[in-house]
Amino acid sequence: MSIRGPRKGENYELSVDLNSEYRDKRKDAIKRVIASMTVGKDVSGLFPDVLKNMQTEDLEQKKLVYLYLMNYAKTQPELVILAVNTFVKDADDSNPLVRALAIRTMGCLRAEKIIDYLCDPLQKSLRDENPYVRKTAALCVAKLYDLKPDLVIENGFLTQLHEMIADSNPMVVANTVAALTDIHNSATSNPATQADASAIFNITGSILNKLLIALNECSEWGRVAVLNALARYVAQDEKESEHICERVVPQFQHINGSVVLAAVKVIMIHMRHVTREDLIKQLVKKMAPPLVTLLSSPPEVQWVALRNINLLLQKRSDILSNEMRVFFCKYNDPLYVKVEKLDIMVRLASDNNVDALLSELKEYASEVDVDFVRKSIKAIGQTAIKIESGAERCVNVLLELIATRVSYVVQEAVVVMKDIFRRYPSTYEGVIPTLCANLDELEEPEAKASLIWIIGEYANKINNADSLLGFFVDSFTEESYSVQLQTLTAVVKLFLKKPDTSQGLVQRILDTATKECDSPDVRDRAYIYWRLLSTDPGAAKAVVWADKPPISIPRTTVAPALLEELLGEIPTLASVYHKPAETFIGKGRVGVDSVQRKAGADDDRLAAHKALQTVAAGRQAENLLDFDDDDISTTNGQPSGLAATEVLSQTPAAANLLSGTSSNPLDDLVSIFGTNGTGGGGGGFGAASGLAPSATNNNHAPDPLAGLGGLSISGGGSLMSPDQTSPQQPKSATSPQQQQEDLLGLF
Amino acid sequence: MVASLIAILDLKGKPLIQRAYRDDVHPSVIEKFLPLVLDIEEEGQQVTPCFSSQGINFMHIRHSNLYLLAISKRNTNAAEVIIFLHRLVSVLIEYFKELEEESIRDNFVIIYELMDEMMDFGYPQTTESKILQEYITQESHKLEIQARPPMAVTNAVSWRTEGIKYRKNEVFLDVIESVNMLVNANGNVVRSEILGAVKMKCYLSGMPELRLGLNDKVMFESTGRTSRGKSIEMEDVKFHQCVRLSRFENDRTISFIPPDGEFELMSYRLSTAVKPLIWVEAAVESHKGSRVEYMVKVKAQFKRRSTANNVEIYVPVPDDADSPKFRASTGSVQYAPDRSAFVWKLKQLGGSREFLMRAHFGLPSVKSEADVEKRPPITVKFEIPYFTVSGIQVRYLKIVEKSGYQALPWVRYITQNGDDYSLRTASEKGSAPIVSM
Repeated sequence: MSIRGPRKGENYELSVDLNSEYRDKRKDAIKRVIASMTVGKDVSGLFPDVLKNMQTEDLEQKKLVYLYLMNYAKTQPELVILAVNTFVKDADDSNPLVRALAIRTMGCLRAEKIIDYLCDPLQKSLRDENPYVRKTAALCVAKLYDLKPDLVIENGFLTQLHEMIADSNPMVVANTVAALTDIHNSATSNPATQADASAIFNITGSILNKLLIALNECSEWGRVAVLNALARYVAQDEKESEHICERVVPQFQHINGSVVLAAVKVIMIHMRHVTREDLIKQLVKKMAPPLVTLLSSPPEVQWVALRNINLLLQKRSDILSNEMRVFFCKYNDPLYVKVEKLDIMVRLASDNNVDALLSELKEYASEVDVDFVRKSIKAIGQTAIKIESGAERCVNVLLELIATRVSYVVQEAVVVMKDIFRRYPSTYEGVIPTLCANLDELEEPEAKASLIWIIGEYANKINNADSLLGFFVDSFTEESYSVQLQTLTAVVKLFLKKPDTSQGLVQRILDTATKECDSPDVRDRAYIYWRLLSTDPGAAKAVVWADKPPISIPRTTVAPALLEELLGEIPTLASVYHKPAETFIGKGRVGVDSVQRKAGADDDRLAAHKALQTVAAGRQAENLLDFDDDDISTTNGQPSGLAATEVLSQTPAAANLLSGTSSNPLDDLVSIFGTNGTGGGGGGFGAASGLAPSATNNNHAPDPLAGLGGLSISGGGSLMSPDQTSPQQPKSATSPQQQQEDLLGLF
Repeated sequence: MVASLIAILDLKGKPLIQRAYRDDVHPSVIEKFLPLVLDIEEEGQQVTPCFSSQGINFMHIRHSNLYLLAISKRNTNAAEVIIFLHRLVSVLIEYFKELEEESIRDNFVIIYELMDEMMDFGYPQTTESKILQEYITQESHKLEIQARPPMAVTNAVSWRTEGIKYRKNEVFLDVIESVNMLVNANGNVVRSEILGAVKMKCYLSGMPELRLGLNDKVMFESTGRTSRGKSIEMEDVKFHQCVRLSRFENDRTISFIPPDGEFELMSYRLSTAVKPLIWVEAAVESHKGSRVEYMVKVKAQFKRRSTANNVEIYVPVPDDADSPKFRASTGSVQYAPDRSAFVWKLKQLGGSREFLMRAHFGLPSVKSEADVEKRPPITVKFEIPYFTVSGIQVRYLKIVEKSGYQALPWVRYITQNGDDYSLRTASEKGSAPIVSM
């Protein structure tokens, strides 16, 4: 009997029972120990007592003791060694279940002391006659690699795993592939240890054939592992790509959604090299039904599927072009599913289905959930912007909604109308009186700012524009900054159109804005206008009334290069979040070392090349930013200008920033400028801030203009939801290039 | 690249049971889960099934009053994890009938065993509960007979053990079609789909080879057969893992070695437009602050020779309705305040028949301004035996076993409501009756 500790209390009683001479009593005590462990009590003190019960014929008891060991091995490293003998003996047991259990558990102990003893039994189990033991041993190699890579390499386990790809048992093959992939991933992602070449799992032609054979025979989860490996295979020629696609297509009929999605990924990747139009058409056609069927799964699975379908549609909008109705929301769908469905419905909107879509959206707009109602109204606006032929019907639906006079409905509708005015200038002016009639209903800054923008834009056509704006000028100092900025611009617009009637108003607002306003942005803008108006009204007109580029719903919400990368990750978290993995794993930020390490990785070259093209092609405005950040080149030794873009674009960090999800201080800067769009929208904006990572490190405060530049790129490059960019700052946010040039000219 | 840790939590976020598969995340992060969920809700955001915080990814599903949570630090296969969690739920339900706090506490030993067997190092392994039940059982093992891993765990035929024997070899086939339908307030069908399933009960000896023939249009066309009867075009077919997918892809043959006992052989989907089999109309006359009256009409829009059984019509009423009064020409009506609805139940509804019922509720005279009117749809439940909407038919089921026994297949057909058979009601304005009958 143990002598440690006080001779009373629960643990003491347990310890007595664990050492009882009766088998049943001991087993019962072990169960109680595990029960305590489950509810979070510390029973590590009983380690030696529990350990004594390890040698038993009773499988259930053995499992319980093993479970206990797994939990507490780390806290009692000295004592674990006592268990080694039993483990080694069990690994030689006549029952395969016991052999596998011993190997599986030893791999989970993660105590340095015991590892060396693991190698011999593992060696044996890898060649065990029973497949159940072999499949367990295969994964155990990955466990061992995770703990001590050198040991795996020294013992030649990797070579053995490679041989096991040819195992006769599909389940063993699947686990072997999973283990090799796991090792491959940790070898290529861990910068501390130089990746051993043998740890790299390259899929060769002969492995490919074995995988294709195993694919049809192994269990559902095994298929996922095999399909993931197939996705990594680089096809030698087009014929091989076609062959892979043809062999993988039957997996679309699998009942397990993760098999279906993994198959979709393989097809999407290998289809890139297929040029035969008929085959591509056939593959795309076959992809649709299984994707639709995923929508009959439980809501969580649906959500994962919907996020991935969203990505797929960005690449190939033809996949589900006839299937919009299946995305109609069910009354009892959870909100997170409904929101995703809305987005996809708008994506699938076309001339043919716009009527059905609108009547459905109108239905949603009368539901009770405020958030969903708002998003539905937003979707109506997006439909109007996307489908020109349906715009008028959209506007009519919006007017009906405004007539309900439900406050949040009206406000959202006003915001949406502003975007429709942007898209179809001077088309729906008849609506303006209805909008203005609801002036009192507006409470939210965004709605107010939108209406003010509309009034300013159509100042010459609205007779009482000055009194309407005067209403806002009166309450100027109480409004939020976005409304202030908007009022300022609108009044100046009005003044430029009707100088005689609004002289007093413009004087008043410039005065208030420069003297009483505590936002530097509002003040600055007021000063700029003032100076413009007083020195050269012509220039003022050119700036304030500059032509705005038309807005459109972008086909993609992520940069093309990132889209390709994410499609290759289906259905992982990256493709669900629509963000590259580097942004949400590890510490949440991208470390310098990971950037440099990844820069040379071959896998990224393709993506990097594409990213570079995107960056170089469309976004020359970024170069303007570089001048603000000259010290990049001096501090980092990196070339500046476009060359700097190149270096960064090869790294995932650039991709990360491309997606607009950075934690760069520039975000804050931009938000000062009034956009609320750092999240979903800004592919382009991210690219801009991606150029200044070292500025971040150096505490170098970027020039405000850099922020403005970033902002304007956001306006031009990505307009996912229209309200994100335009309302508060139609001048600077929605007419990016001109505005920037104008401002630069000024200085 | 799958899960590092799996836990089952109660609604307060307290872990009831947990199992770590990799040690790259500390178990204490489980306790961060619920606070994070609450934070997200507080910010007015949606709590999605997967979210990440400080480099840790939380993937979860809800089952009654439980959260099933998987945690990972890597770019995990989200679909695989979420589906695995659902599979874990169904395995535990098959073991304990119900999955709730109580059954977890009572069975923690066996749940640990299952978690150990179903996932290894974060990779899902065996999730077939029938196979698991062969070597992980609720009765403790006798010392003499130690369980061994069933061949099936690793076999190419991982769903059937050898040496099964029946005196009478029989197969029962159930073809079940569930109709999902959404009808607009103006009576138009917005969306309809048929989800079909072929369920089998197999009592066959040995390792039989089965071949199932359906009136599948694609197969008829490819074999050049001009069928006398109707053929149907299935849009998406999913098979139990026993069916040879590549064979189906080649010549549309459904061939397989079945698992023993009950299982779902295949499921399919058709999105051909379907006329509502059971049509319901409700005229609502609402007098704000005093009463609301309903007149509900049900019509069976299928052939006279079929009959719908156990028809239940759920008509939503305001949350604060009281003192219900019903009058129905047939069937029984009940008020279900917990669902804010009344239920009209008809044991049988013959084809082409039509019935009426009326309901009357009182409404409180005072109503808060902020109360927005919810308008849930009318939902309907029903079963129509000996009938399939799609017209699918089993043409043959061939059973070949090397011992050469004769086995009889029995086939049944049934059509029922899906999980979303709903008819929208018109929005009300003031006290005017909106729906004209």
